[in-house]
Amino acid sequence: MTKKILEIDDIKREFHMGTEVVRALKGIHFTVDAGEFVTIMGSSGSGKTTLLNILGCLDKPTSGTYMLDGTNVGNQSRNELAKVRNLKIGFVFQAYNLLPRTSALENVELPLFYNKAINTHQRRERAIKALEAVKLAERLDHTPSQLSGGQQQRVAIARALVNEPVMILADEATGNLDTRTSYEIMALMQELNQQGKTIVFVTHEPDIAAFSSRTIMLRDGRVQKDYLNENVRSAKEALAALPVSDDY
Amino acid sequence: MSIFNLIRLALLALQRNKLRAFLTMLGIIIGVAAVIAMVAIGEGSKESIQSQLGNMGSNMITIMPASNVAGGARLEGSSVQTLRVTDVEALQKQATLLSAVSPVSSSRGQSISGALNWPTQLQGGNTDYFDIRKLTLQDGILYSESDVAAAAKVCLLGKTVVDNLFPSGENPIGKVIRFNKIPLQVIGTLAPKGVSSFGQDQDDIIVAPYTTIQKRVLASIYLQNIQASAINEESSEAAVDQITAILRSTHRLRASDENDFQVRTMAELIKTLSSTSSLLTVLLTAIAGISLVIGGIGIMNIMYVSVTERTREIGLRMSIGARGIDILLQFLVEAIIISITGGIIGVVLGVTTSTLINVLLGWPTLVSESSIILSFLVCAFTGVFFGYYPAQKASRLDPIEALRYE
Repeated sequence: MTKKILEIDDIKREFHMGTEVVRALKGIHFTVDAGEFVTIMGSSGSGKTTLLNILGCLDKPTSGTYMLDGTNVGNQSRNELAKVRNLKIGFVFQAYNLLPRTSALENVELPLFYNKAINTHQRRERAIKALEAVKLAERLDHTPSQLSGGQQQRVAIARALVNEPVMILADEATGNLDTRTSYEIMALMQELNQQGKTIVFVTHEPDIAAFSSRTIMLRDGRVQKDYLNENVRSAKEALAALPVSDDY
Repeated sequence: MSIFNLIRLALLALQRNKLRAFLTMLGIIIGVAAVIAMVAIGEGSKESIQSQLGNMGSNMITIMPASNVAGGARLEGSSVQTLRVTDVEALQKQATLLSAVSPVSSSRGQSISGALNWPTQLQGGNTDYFDIRKLTLQDGILYSESDVAAAAKVCLLGKTVVDNLFPSGENPIGKVIRFNKIPLQVIGTLAPKGVSSFGQDQDDIIVAPYTTIQKRVLASIYLQNIQASAINEESSEAAVDQITAILRSTHRLRASDENDFQVRTMAELIKTLSSTSSLLTVLLTAIAGISLVIGGIGIMNIMYVSVTERTREIGLRMSIGARGIDILLQFLVEAIIISITGGIIGVVLGVTTSTLINVLLGWPTLVSESSIILSFLVCAFTGVFFGYYPAQKASRLDPIEALRYE
């Protein structure tokens, strides 16, 4: 039996806006096994972002249990959650969120600064390895302003990988990129997935969801559909199939 | 995050906004430099008053005639004649806490040498007078016991008098000058003492035996005052009591009578003058301290701006595992580095300023270690105190909102 990375059981999240109660999540169940590539889809207002915040341990559910890699993170303190985020989750954001005027290498090293078990030497070594994994080995000293959007996102992915998390959590990671670069990022994600990384990818583009092995559709705070993708598209092939652009 | 990394991180952050960091620091720099320079000026003037008074003889005790009542009107002390040579003799015999006693006579008048003349003060005592007043010989000899006994017409000249009566630089020793109409032979010159803290030229003086002044100039048996030296500075208070007791008995005063003399010690004067100067130091330091507080508020202000500006960075750091305390320390260390760097530059600037004030304006300054340590500690504390609130604000941000902050 494969190891379960995520076990979500009847998660609800309510927000109190004055006297009104907004029920963003109305009871969500699903589990994700190790090595899965899951996309969470839904239109805006479906509870996608709220679910992402909870999965990322940035927010706590009002009720329900959330097991991440076998531990219940629902009842942990702020500091314990910070540790969970550091060790078990690798975030990839839509807006990259790299530190400006800081080299790619230092950006990737960042999560390791908050991991006491890593010394300076290991930190450098692991950061270089992570950047090699995203094919940016020659760009270690470049600052974000010297990198293209796709390269910046790859630095962000390297940053997510560097602490060897159990899950990569991507939030609209291709939202700011053109089609070709999006496919490049998805090809990288698929490659990481084949190496055994569990990936949870939140998006609203069905096009992107087609690259994943499983899709969970949210609608109005509930899981509307949860299905395995019969024929997963290969991002590499999709990339090759794109017409060669000759205007730049 | 280790302290080394925190410092490195803070330095990187400051480096990215060099001008801003410098301007923020400037408040602290000026504050610390001001505190050090002001304290240096205050302490310097105190020290200089003390050393100048010490130069006049720090265990010196002066006995003056007290104001007396004549026909219902109180007379000015100096016009009263109550001190005689017998008082000096009684003190010399009975007082155990005095190392030297000298009668003092003095008179203002015109000194004349050839075609030149100069208004000055003629003063004198017995042979102990030089010790008590800390007068030292530059050239020639001092007057002797026999000169005192014989009321010899000899004198010693202060530097100002020499400069005015013998401007061409000839040796005054052996020359005869006149004070008013009395001819006096110059037997020595005194080493210069400079201007006293009261602004009085201590070299504008002619010293002669008191008997000479009494008999030949003033024609009076009374003394202007009596000067004595306590055996040391600490016993000068006790010596005052002893003098009072002895003089009351030689003057045959009844228990109900007021003293017809007054005893002043230099220690008293030093205390009074030093307290004025201490007050000055406190005031100057308070003003400088205010500028340090303003510098601290500058840090607080800029740290708040910095926190707001870096909200997204804070959100990101939290999402990749920074705890509240990590964020708090990051900003606190930054504030402390600003204040401590400012403090170090301020100390250097303050010491330089004090030296410049001393060299260029000629004011006495004294940079005390305690003022350096104190202002440095105050500015480190300022960094912690004013840096804490912005840092705490940063550490309490909600990562979800911080990440979305535009």
